[in-house]
Parts: sequence; structure tokens; C-alpha cells
Amino acid sequence: MNFYILSLLKAGLLAFVLLTFCAYLVWIERKVLAHIQLRPGPYRVGPHGLLQPLSDLIKLITKEGLIPGNVSTVMYLFAPFLAVALALISIVTIPFGPEFEIFGVRTWLGLTDLNIGVLFILAMSSLGVYATAIGGWASNSKYALLGGLRSSAQMISYELPMALALVAPILIANTLSFRELAEAQSGFHFGLLPKWHIFAAPFPQVFSFIIFLIAAFAETNRVPFDLPEAETELVAGFHTEYTSTMFAAFFTAEYANIVTICCVTTLLFLGGWHPLFPSEYGSDFIPVILLLGVAGMFFFHAGQAVKTRLWDRFSFPVGGVVTLGLAGLFLIPMLKPILVPFFWFAAKTLLLIFVFIWVRGTLPRFRYDQLMRFAWTFLFPVAVVNLLVTALAVALTTK
Amino acid sequence: MDAMLFLTFAAIAVACAINLVLQTHPIASALSLVGVMGSLAVLYLLLGGEFIAAVQLIVYAGAIMVLFLFVIMLLNAAAEKKVKKPALKGVVAVPLVLTFLVLVAYLIQAQAPRGTGVKFGEFTGGGALDIGRSLFSTYILPFEVTSIVILIAILGAVVLARKEI
Repeated sequence: MNFYILSLLKAGLLAFVLLTFCAYLVWIERKVLAHIQLRPGPYRVGPHGLLQPLSDLIKLITKEGLIPGNVSTVMYLFAPFLAVALALISIVTIPFGPEFEIFGVRTWLGLTDLNIGVLFILAMSSLGVYATAIGGWASNSKYALLGGLRSSAQMISYELPMALALVAPILIANTLSFRELAEAQSGFHFGLLPKWHIFAAPFPQVFSFIIFLIAAFAETNRVPFDLPEAETELVAGFHTEYTSTMFAAFFTAEYANIVTICCVTTLLFLGGWHPLFPSEYGSDFIPVILLLGVAGMFFFHAGQAVKTRLWDRFSFPVGGVVTLGLAGLFLIPMLKPILVPFFWFAAKTLLLIFVFIWVRGTLPRFRYDQLMRFAWTFLFPVAVVNLLVTALAVALTTK
Repeated sequence: MDAMLFLTFAAIAVACAINLVLQTHPIASALSLVGVMGSLAVLYLLLGGEFIAAVQLIVYAGAIMVLFLFVIMLLNAAAEKKVKKPALKGVVAVPLVLTFLVLVAYLIQAQAPRGTGVKFGEFTGGGALDIGRSLFSTYILPFEVTSIVILIAILGAVVLARKEI
């Protein structure tokens, strides 16, 4: 098939899936946080609040787009555009699965591959600072300016340990392309333990994984490093003065960044789309078993539906049938080489996203001086030592 | 395709550079400089230097200019005031600059040997591997000397920034 048509199709599909997932990530986050705090979370719009993202979107779009009087208009409008553009661009280098063939077309599950893919992601994330800094400055408000300043200082500081932690798995795989990085992690030690970088042979990359994850929290402005938008001190930080679709753009960018950074972590440390244990032991059937379990849960609860929640008598069986259908999809031989690697990739990424939300529900916010001291006097030296040990291990083991 | 991209991003780079001088507010000027650096990165990419392009974005646009912006914001530098324009500016300066540019263009056109211009996509040694190889073999001495010079500069900055010694 024509390269351009195929790329357009994939780009459209990727944009649709990513933006929808970002909207539902808000729902997932609210639900998980709510259950951590023993609340039901969003419940009113649709079954179990499932239509909440849609109604939030309609609310944000139909709100009046207010431009405050004292802002510098061009940059005020430019900042959210920049934020969302950079956040969406960086996903293009992520491969979600291996090369596959369908209807006679060979293609990769993922938009493109750059031989500088890792650097490209770093470049986009370092340019992302401008969006928050400009947004905070252009708003001409003290809270927004403080948020913008905090975010630029924080993102510069945490970029260093992040880049140093990211170099270690690159040294082992000897490539900067995400596809080759994932391919380098195929296979198993002793036929059982996967050759992911987190289990790399002479020196496991556990430390760089943890450092990278901590820096990723700071780069995406998440709790416990969410000082740019600390609501107890700064109202909402850099986007205090933004309303309507411009606020939605910042919001989307934030969640798209979380998705991207979790995908990158999966590819760098957790073996991309490679399964947890060999397919000889039946790892291909894990998604089917999981989905069957979910369907069973749906049917069980449909039988026990509470009288006050009559809607569940309908929604639970429908959910059960849908999950059964999904489980069936994983058994079709034609779709199996696409769906099974994608399942592993999505499972690891979702697990990391869950960790992001879990940490938000658990940890309190850092104080500003603690944040800086942690980055420069602890995280940075540890990352340097980790990199040196990894380099030594690589130099000793490669011929 | 390559020529189109080159013309587009060269035009953006020149426009941003002119805007950098024309803007009165330091933040607008700093952002124009980021625009120049970004379009330069695309030009490097067109020439086959993909590693240099990425480093240009990460180091110059992503780190150094963010620090510039940070300092400008922290000092809260306001827009500079326009001084009264000298009367001769339009009459003498602009034609002189234009003549100079035409002269430079003519000289380059006349002096450069024919058919040795850069062809897009010809150079393929711009990957991280090639650059690392040449940095640590052919250019090992300049590389190490530069790193020592940078180290001295960092130490100097630390000493200067300390409150009490």
C-alpha cells in the first residue's frame, strides 16, 4: 500500500486512540483516587460515570473562552497550543508492537521509527518547558508566574537525572531507536526470566528504572512534585488564568505526557511488547484468561445486582458479553500476532500509569527546597554512579 | 521535497532572527532565538546530521534558552523604551546593509567552485555512533581539552556564586 495513505491511516488512528485514552485517563485517575480514599468517585453520568469524560469535554468546549485584560495576548494563546502540540508529537516515535502482516500489508504497530528516537523524546520534553513557562508569564498574574518559574527550574533540574538514567539501558542495547531497544530485550535468561533491561544480566537496571520513574514524576508535574500547580499555595499554578478549550489543551497535554513517558519507560526498562514468560508456557493465553475472569466477575455481579441500582442489571451483562467478545478476538489466529504483543505493551504501560495515580493518592507534596536538594544532592549523584557501574559492566561483558 | 523544506525553514530562521532584533520585550526576543535554533535543527536534519539536530534542540533550545527565559522572568525585565530614531537610519543604514548583503552574496557566488554545493541526503555519517567514534579517535585531544575548559568554567561559576568562601 502507498506509504502516505498507510501513514495517514495510522496517524489518524493513533491520534483518535491517544486523545480518547487521555480523556478516559482522567476518569481512571478519578476512580482510582476515589477508591484509595474510600469514595465511589464519578458515578452519575452513564454507568459507573463512564460518560463523565464526554460531559467534561462538552462542558470545557462550550464554556466562554475568556482572555483576561492584562495578558500579552499572542503568547497567552500560543502557550496551550505549544503544550498540546509537543505532547502529541512525541508519541509518534513509540512502537506499540512488532512488525506484522495483515491483508498482505507488512507494517509496524506504531507510526514511525527514528534512529534518534530516544533523543527526540528528550528534545520534545525539554521544549515542553516553554509551554508552562510562557503560559505562566503571559498570564500576568503572580500565581501563574510563580508556577511557570517553578516548573522551568524543576524541569531543568530533573532532566539531568532522567537523561543519565536513560543512558544506562541505551548502553546495554547499543541503540537510540525504540524498535531496536525493544528487540534487544527479547529472549529469556535460563529460558524463564525475560531479558528486559530491568533484569539485565551483569548489572540489573533496577536503579536506573527507579531514578527514571522519579524524574518522570517531576517532568510531568505530578504529585509529589506538582509544585508548578500546587493548589494550596498557587490556586492552580501556571494555568490559573486559563479557561475553556485553552485549559483543556493544557489538561490534554499533561495526560498525553504521562502516557508517553509510561510508554518510554516500558520500552526502555520493561521489555516493550515482550511477554513476562515464554509462550511455550502459555503466555499467549494470559490476556484470554484475564478477560474471561473479568467477564465472570461481570456476570457474577449481574446476578447479585442491588435493588436500588437497577441499571446494573443491564450494564453488567452487556459488559460481560463485550469482554467475552474481546477474549475471543485474542484467539483468532490472524489477529493474534498483533493483539498479543500489544496486550503486553498496554498492560505494562497501564501498570505504570496506575503507579502514577497510586503515588498521587499516597504521597504528600515536597517543599520547594526539598525538591531541589533531592534532585541535585541525591538523585543526580546516584544516577552518575549507576551509569558508571553500568558502563563498566557493559565494557567487561562485550567482546 | 528537501529544497522545499530547506526554503521553508531557512525563511523561518531568518524571520525569527529579524524578529529577535525588532522585538522590544526581552521574552519575545528570547523566544525568537528559540525559533532560530529550532529551524537550524531542521536544517541540520536535512543535511544528515540527525544527532547534532537532536542535541541542538536538547541543549540550546531546551536547556540554555530555558535558563535565559528563567532569568529574564525572575528579574522581571520590562519592555525596553524606544529611543527617538536617528534621522539618518532610513536614508543611510538600510541601503548600506542591503548593499553589504548583496556584495556578500555576489562574492560567495563568484568565489565558490561550481558543482561542489551541498546535496541533501548525501551525507550519512551523522548518527550517534559515527560522531562518538570520531570524537574518541580522531578528535580525542580537542574533545578532552574542551571538556577541561568547560570544567574550569563550571568551577569558576560555582566559586563566583558562593556567598562566603
